[in-house]
Amino acid sequence: MEWINVLVQGVLLGGLYALFAAGLSLMFGVMRFINIAHGDFIVVAAYLMLVMVLTLGLHPVIGIGLVVILMGCAGYLGQRFLLNRVLDEDILPPVLVTFGLSIIIQNSLLETFSADSQRVPSGDFATASLRVSDELAVGVLPLAMFLAAVGVIGVLQFIFYRTALGRLLRATSDDPEIVPLMGANNSHIFALATALASGVVAIAGTMLAMKTNFDPTIGPSRLLFAFEAVIIGGMGNIWGTLAGGIILGVAQAIGAQIDAGYQILAGHLAFLAVLIVRPKGLFAKAKG
Amino acid sequence: MSKLLETHALQAFYGDFQALFGIDLSVEDGETVAIIGANGSGKSTFLRAVTGMRPATGQSISFDGTQIAGLRANRIHHLGLAMVPEGRRLFPSLTVEENLKIGAAGNRPGPWSLAEVYKLFPALLERRHHGGTELSGGQQQMVAIGRALMSNPRLLLCDEISLGLAPKVIREIYGSVPLIRERGTALVVIEQDIAQALKVADRVYCFQEGRVSLSGRPAELSREDIAAAYFGMEDA
Ligand SMILES: Nc1ncnc2c1ncn2[C@@H]1O[C@H](COP(=O)(O)OP(=O)(O)OP(=O)(O)O)[C@@H](O)[C@H]1O
Ligand SMILES: [Mg+2]
Repeated sequence: MEWINVLVQGVLLGGLYALFAAGLSLMFGVMRFINIAHGDFIVVAAYLMLVMVLTLGLHPVIGIGLVVILMGCAGYLGQRFLLNRVLDEDILPPVLVTFGLSIIIQNSLLETFSADSQRVPSGDFATASLRVSDELAVGVLPLAMFLAAVGVIGVLQFIFYRTALGRLLRATSDDPEIVPLMGANNSHIFALATALASGVVAIAGTMLAMKTNFDPTIGPSRLLFAFEAVIIGGMGNIWGTLAGGIILGVAQAIGAQIDAGYQILAGHLAFLAVLIVRPKGLFAKAKG
Repeated sequence: MSKLLETHALQAFYGDFQALFGIDLSVEDGETVAIIGANGSGKSTFLRAVTGMRPATGQSISFDGTQIAGLRANRIHHLGLAMVPEGRRLFPSLTVEENLKIGAAGNRPGPWSLAEVYKLFPALLERRHHGGTELSGGQQQMVAIGRALMSNPRLLLCDEISLGLAPKVIREIYGSVPLIRERGTALVVIEQDIAQALKVADRVYCFQEGRVSLSGRPAELSREDIAAAYFGMEDA
């Protein structure tokens, strides 16, 4: 029974990791943009949530909505007027620029919020749980987060495969040189992709803020989890990313059950195992 | 008739390498113009400059009375200029129908729609949910033409639409040209097959090493003139 509990906790945690991964994968998929500051953007969203709920006293749901809008707009503008300038055939410049951005963000957060660890209170919600059986109880908050993660990934899938914007995003991923000949402006499409990714980052960050303690330095490790989830699931497959997140979450939960110190290590081991067995990820598209 | 497209002394460079040396070329409303010329003579480069794929800043290209040199490709597209690019360049992750729909991303009104494209190329209708690159070469070419037509262009630029296709398929594809012209679209076709070019075009330009070596109406051009202009030999 204890192990079922571990498994459930791992799956629920995996939903959050899938959200971390989705934004990263989206930006890479559409414009071959590797965002080293991705984890720090998640932390920024967490702090914005803190400001909304603690400083402004807003209801968490309204807080999430505002953070999504803010991050989405910032993502659009940042891509359109800053990051587009470093996009080229070469994938290295974006890596360097976002590496710098990562350091700037961490230091600004340190200056503004100090190094103290923070948490956004989510009221009764945080402690309520559903009793499944005598020995198995599922927290309402983790469950809600998991369902939200699945919902967000479903929405992304819908946008990509059922809308005109999704068509443009996939076409841009295929052949950005030809897309302008269809009458679409690449800079705008790239900015929309980043806006979408930032919206997902905002949801991930606000959830992180309600789930655990965070401080300005935890961004890079979130980036690592995101990378691992993407690579376990396989590039270019949104549901694969969810599965990748879940596998990572379960591995970490099992590791933690064995010894608290093994949580992160177990995740990395699962990642390595997948890399060795299926270097392209478990659910990579047949053709790339 | 008024000039729809007019370039004046158009030059193009790839780094230090000059690919075009002052091209004067014009297309009138509703006209079909063929560009012939040996490999590497600059035909595709010319289309890339006109469509804005390669910026032609500071040069003279007028389209429908507007200076378009230096405009971004998507702006030029909005004015009614579409291209079937060299090598077709369909989007592999999009289905046939999605490839067609994306051609209409600019929402230009006009006679062409999904239904009209399927009427023009019925073979595409039953394969509309296939991946764009899962079709035969000829069918892929039809998708590329259909995709360009979906934007209801005033001028359609086609880069080697018959390359690598069987004669029967080439006939089928060129069979669509009159139907496209009927709806008021002017065409520029790059064609390696000189006989085909002379048959379809109102006027022909021959490029040689980045210059126009000959131009005129097919009936006015002798085989000898064309051979000389094409191969660069005095006594062909
Ligand atoms: N991307 C490029 N970089 C450098 N040089 C190029 C590039 N593209 C074309 N060229 C050169 O420019 C010249 C014109 O090429 P272009 O592709 O316009 O010729 P073309 O007439 O279309 O030939 P083809 O019939 O083979 O398609 C050639 O000498 C070619 O080598
Ligand atoms: Mg060419």
